[in-house]
Amino acid sequence: MQLTNRSKVASVKTLNWVEQLYLPAIIKGMIITFSHIFRKKATVRYPEQKRPIANIYRGLHVLKRDEEGRENCTACGLCAVACPAEAITMEAAERKKGEEHLYREEKYAAMYEINMLRCIFCGLCEEACPKDAIYLTDRILPSNYARNRFIYGKDLLVEGTTPETRIDISGRKKDYEMNV
Amino acid sequence: MIDWWLILDKVILIVVIFVVSLAIAAYSTYGERKIAAVIQDRIGPDRAGPWGILQPLADGGKFFLKEDITPKDADKFLFILGPSLFILTALMTSAIIPWGKSFYFGDHEFSLQVANLNVGILYLLAVVSIGGYGIMIGGWASNNKFALLGALRASSQMISYEVPMGMAIISIILMSNSLNLREIVDMQQGFHWNVFYQPLGFLIFLICAFAECNRAPFDLPESESELIGGYHTEYSSMKLGFFLFAEYINMFISSAIISCLFFGGYHFPGLDSLNMSPNIAAIVSICVLFGKIFFFIFFFMWVRWTLPRFRYDQLMRLGWKVLIPLSIFNVLATGAWLTFVK
Ligand code: SF4
Ligand code: SF4
Repeated sequence: MQLTNRSKVASVKTLNWVEQLYLPAIIKGMIITFSHIFRKKATVRYPEQKRPIANIYRGLHVLKRDEEGRENCTACGLCAVACPAEAITMEAAERKKGEEHLYREEKYAAMYEINMLRCIFCGLCEEACPKDAIYLTDRILPSNYARNRFIYGKDLLVEGTTPETRIDISGRKKDYEMNV
Repeated sequence: MIDWWLILDKVILIVVIFVVSLAIAAYSTYGERKIAAVIQDRIGPDRAGPWGILQPLADGGKFFLKEDITPKDADKFLFILGPSLFILTALMTSAIIPWGKSFYFGDHEFSLQVANLNVGILYLLAVVSIGGYGIMIGGWASNNKFALLGALRASSQMISYEVPMGMAIISIILMSNSLNLREIVDMQQGFHWNVFYQPLGFLIFLICAFAECNRAPFDLPESESELIGGYHTEYSSMKLGFFLFAEYINMFISSAIISCLFFGGYHFPGLDSLNMSPNIAAIVSICVLFGKIFFFIFFFMWVRWTLPRFRYDQLMRLGWKVLIPLSIFNVLATGAWLTFVK
């Protein structure tokens, strides 16, 4: 049964004497390679030049704060349960009096670590989170010289409070909600 | 009495040619990478300096800083002799190439050829075949089977392709009645380039030049996919650098020789009708020769990134069963043409 019309009949015919000279074929090949000199280059000069990334690209995680700068995460552990790679570890703590400006909920994550070498960037943690706390972003995980530096703690995950250090994920949210 | 002017001239010229050869060899590596890149729709090295032009310096510096390893079972003396001989012969061939017309300072003539030998071409063939020893000794001394295989391939390939190469040169000699490279070049004044009279000879010579330089598609001695580098498998640091460098120098010199033998050397049509003062004419002629050389270096690289490597039996069949009969025919035809027609 023929599935496509792309199949070609294999041929074992011997070369005729013009083909045996190889020269026409060589010249043809050289013209082809020469024409490639003027083609558009495929290279992306990475750090200076970046390829456009979709809003829903699943890159480095961020732990979000709310509008008042309080951490969203309540250390419920749902993300860690959802994580197929078991990359997330956390320790919960109770919010003390006077810490209301730091944490939105009464319980918060005192320690929160993602092992980036285990993470497969599936985004299930993001889907599991009931508090809008964790998101994957379009940032790319930087390389490093030591394995232990791939364990990202809260210092690297939580976004800053000032407008410049906030990580914008609005485009991602919009696209995501449209797709759901 | 010793002619001190002559000695001074030659020393200056030798130093200049030495430096130029090394610089061109270094920048050929850069050119090679750039040409490979653009042919493959890439950009190539562009980080070291603007457009990456400092890349060869970085590569050279790296060669010097690498650890210099001599294998335990290697023959220490031969291990060093191999690359040294290879680069020495590569540099020696440049002695007979006429780089341009002479400069005149007053009535002192500054000739742009280190040695105007009357058996220039024989010297060339002799030195080129000594170069084969460099590879052979290097591969043998490493005491490594891949290196030995590479060296064997290199030597048999060089010997096989020297025959048709010599035959192609014989037909040129028949036409010019001289073994002197400068006379051969001057015979091609105007547009009487040998390539028009000896197209077959040119083709044979070109193919053999590729084989002699171990360039793709004839790079079997070092085929990295099967012999992990062939004869220089065991070499590291600057000794490896010598091998690689000598290869690029060989390519440069072959380009120069092809230009001289077949493309009129430093002549181009109309050079003599321009009525320039001798010194300016000399500069123009150097530029013309280097233009041709650069074209051929580009050609060498262009072929390398177009054609895949030959199989070994194909290589030998091409050498012995195709090129040698063709070159003998070419010599006979040239002789017949010179005797009966001219
Ligand atoms: S992206 Fe997937 S693998 Fe990575 S931490 Fe989240 S759930 Fe785990
Ligand atoms: S990130 Fe979300 S799911 Fe994970 S512990 Fe915090 S609140 Fe729970």
